[in-house]
Amino acid sequence: MTVYNVTIDGTEHRLELETAAGGWRCRLDGREVEINAVLARPDFLSVIMEGKAYPIKRERVEADWRIWIGDQSYTAEVRDPRSLRGRKQRPDHGQGARQLVAPMPGKVVRFLVGENSTVEAGQGIVVVEAMKMQNEIKSPKKGIVLKLVVAEGAAVNAGDVLAIVE
Amino acid sequence: MFKKILIANRGEIGVRVIRACRELGILSVAVYSEVDRLSPHVLNADEAYPIGAASATESYLNGERILDVAKRCGADALHPGYGFLSENAKFAQACTDAGLKFIGPSAASMEMMGSKTRARQEMEKAGVRFVPGTSRALESVRQAKEVAAQIGYPVMLKAAAGGGGKGMRLVTSAQELQPALEASQGEAQRAFGDGEVYLEKAILNPRHIEMQILADERGNTVYLGERECSIQRRHQKVLEEAPSPLVDSEMRRQMGEVALRVAKAAGYSNAGTIEFLVDQEKNFYFLEMNTRLQVEHPVTELITGLDLVEWQIRIAAGEELPFQQKDVLIRGHAMECRIYAEDPDNNYFPSPGKVTMLLTPAGPGIRLDSGVYEGWTVPIDYDPLLAKLVGYGQDRAQAVSRLVRALDEFFVAGIKTNLGLFRRILAEEDFLSGNVDTGYLERLLGGAEPARSESSAREGAASLAAIAAAVFAALDATPKAVTNAAVSRDSASNQGEGAADAGVSGWKRAARLEGLR
Repeated sequence: MTVYNVTIDGTEHRLELETAAGGWRCRLDGREVEINAVLARPDFLSVIMEGKAYPIKRERVEADWRIWIGDQSYTAEVRDPRSLRGRKQRPDHGQGARQLVAPMPGKVVRFLVGENSTVEAGQGIVVVEAMKMQNEIKSPKKGIVLKLVVAEGAAVNAGDVLAIVE
Repeated sequence: MFKKILIANRGEIGVRVIRACRELGILSVAVYSEVDRLSPHVLNADEAYPIGAASATESYLNGERILDVAKRCGADALHPGYGFLSENAKFAQACTDAGLKFIGPSAASMEMMGSKTRARQEMEKAGVRFVPGTSRALESVRQAKEVAAQIGYPVMLKAAAGGGGKGMRLVTSAQELQPALEASQGEAQRAFGDGEVYLEKAILNPRHIEMQILADERGNTVYLGERECSIQRRHQKVLEEAPSPLVDSEMRRQMGEVALRVAKAAGYSNAGTIEFLVDQEKNFYFLEMNTRLQVEHPVTELITGLDLVEWQIRIAAGEELPFQQKDVLIRGHAMECRIYAEDPDNNYFPSPGKVTMLLTPAGPGIRLDSGVYEGWTVPIDYDPLLAKLVGYGQDRAQAVSRLVRALDEFFVAGIKTNLGLFRRILAEEDFLSGNVDTGYLERLLGGAEPARSESSAREGAASLAAIAAAVFAALDATPKAVTNAAVSRDSASNQGEGAADAGVSGWKRAARLEGLR
């Protein structure tokens, strides 16, 4: 059984998975769960659980995964203690540190908080001006602003790192 | 009939016009900017020519370059779509001067109705009732204050040269008037190159109801029913429907006849739309005329059974309308959702980028006019309209239930969209009872966030999400041959080792095959 530590919307879960007889054996937080899960196409998993059918999609959002069930989405972080792959996929600066990236090309107007400030998830960190509108870029998590990577007035491209929050 | 039409546009409307050309056996020519090389309108056209850098001014607004392409490829007509050059009288004239038939009204009617102040002057002459206010640009703060005092506050300042909310200001008292006027003029100058501003009575919570007309070049004009377009955000339409839940057949007849008067006063031909503001007492006032095809034309097509783009082309080719007003029948109900690449959690800021997954709806009563496909990158340079999802049913309730079902089938990954907004609107009480006005959406968005799903349901789903996330990760790490899909394929195909190998690691299988060679 491979063990995965999965964090969904901030809550940690322990998943034990192994392939068995053309399907999966699965234990979620110690509880045995019967599932039939088949990949229909990349990032699209058809799950049948206790007779109920769920088309589940996966979306990459910046450095995270988002799992979609119907019109609801859940942020997901998966750590496979056995392989390095899980960790390498996320451009991380250490346990739990997250990057704040520019969603589109623009100019950094001002920072709303300083380095070492404590922030809440969703709190505005920096204002970027693009397409004649000002856009507040929000913190992806609750934590401390480790570093403000660009300076006020800097021109940024989509994907450029603006700040790091731990 | 035309042999070749150049479409001076892009995105979903580019595809729409190409489809009409296909159905009429006419060759279609696409023009594309640097970022649109792989845009669906380019992929679907018969011919395609590059016209410049990404910015609209360099490409889709560059009339000279477009006319140059028309000349080179031998197009005999041009369809301007909506936006861009579609209401540019100079461009329409330049087409005519170049011997290229412009599919739309004459430059003269465009000019008359294109300036909001001029349109009001003409409507005054034609005896068409419009929203009380000035018909000429405001000359001074003093004049503005006089008119405002006369018609009574609140008043609305508006730009004569264009719409989309630019240059608009609501003024509730005399003290606010001067700063509002200055701001309005500045904004209009920047947006349209014309700082002309006029003033109208602000009708409280009006409904925006518009009437579609079609006129051939022989003087025959008909109205094709109204559209309710009150669901707007920052003066941009988001959801439209036909017919309007407010309008009965008598009101339709009255509005239709006023619309015909307007069209005749403007010497109008081809497709056009007359916009009205309707107050709480069901009085309707002429607001403005759009001298082009509109984004929301599909809802009218569905309830009348007429293909508006096809008729635009036929009219431009000199054909006479073979039907009369009495032949125009309205049947059923249609509703359109404008799907935009916008981030609803960030004030609907445009959200361009690569569409990594796209699952689209189909089935009874569903029409999708799309300008995107999976794998394509939505550019930042243009209006972020991705697609129009239209539901049609025998009545409003069925149109709604079909749309709700279709929204469940719709999935976009890689960019943010306003899909969630429609789920909210289509479940909301006032909307479902047809009780809307132009303030509706701002009120809905400004109100309380909808309650998140029941916590137990969401908890259950979170467990499922955890399982799915782990399964995805396990599949990411596994060599392809061992995925369940490959396993079921192998068991079914019975090649050589066949079923006995089901579930065996790909490495072992490959090794076995090697060993047996």
